[in-house]
Amino acid sequence: MTDIFTISGAVLIFTIFLCLYRVVVGPGACNRLIAVNTIGTKTIILLVIIGYIYGRPIFLDIALAYALINFIATLAMAKYYEKGCIC
Amino acid sequence: MIDVLRIPAVALIVLGLFFMIVGPLGLIRFPDFYTRAHATGKCDSLGEALILLGFILYADFGLETVKIALLIVFIYILTPTATHAIIRTAYVLGLRPWRPGEGRR
Repeated sequence: MTDIFTISGAVLIFTIFLCLYRVVVGPGACNRLIAVNTIGTKTIILLVIIGYIYGRPIFLDIALAYALINFIATLAMAKYYEKGCIC
Repeated sequence: MIDVLRIPAVALIVLGLFFMIVGPLGLIRFPDFYTRAHATGKCDSLGEALILLGFILYADFGLETVKIALLIVFIYILTPTATHAIIRTAYVLGLRPWRPGEGRR
């Protein structure tokens, strides 16, 4: 059963590299921003998978905190590019 | 009992991985910013919810189940909100939507 977790993690890392293409190439700030948001939401699943592989449930707490931090960071960057300041 | 539940768990994880692959494919292939946001915003929410649902079915019932259910609720609220904020930023900055016949941008 650990094999399907390892294969899932490998596939997720591959999709993260696919998103990284848009971060490097993509024209303008908005394309890069949405690609970074996608990478962040895939990292949450990767954290849960790592927690299941090593048998440590503490990774679920890290995933919960990472979800909230990722949302706040994306919202702050969107606000900054829209108005020029975080206000 | 648990061994019976592992079959739909693996099926849900594989289905979620399909959506997780399709989303970045749209992020690479689509011609415009708004269509890329359309691809990633929905595929990410659905794929992550399916994978986490598979993890709920795999594990025993306990504190982990509650935490993963909370993670699903957070993702279903936060990911569309973040996508909406980024699209509003692009609209305010003046990006025009893509029309048929134009080149890739």
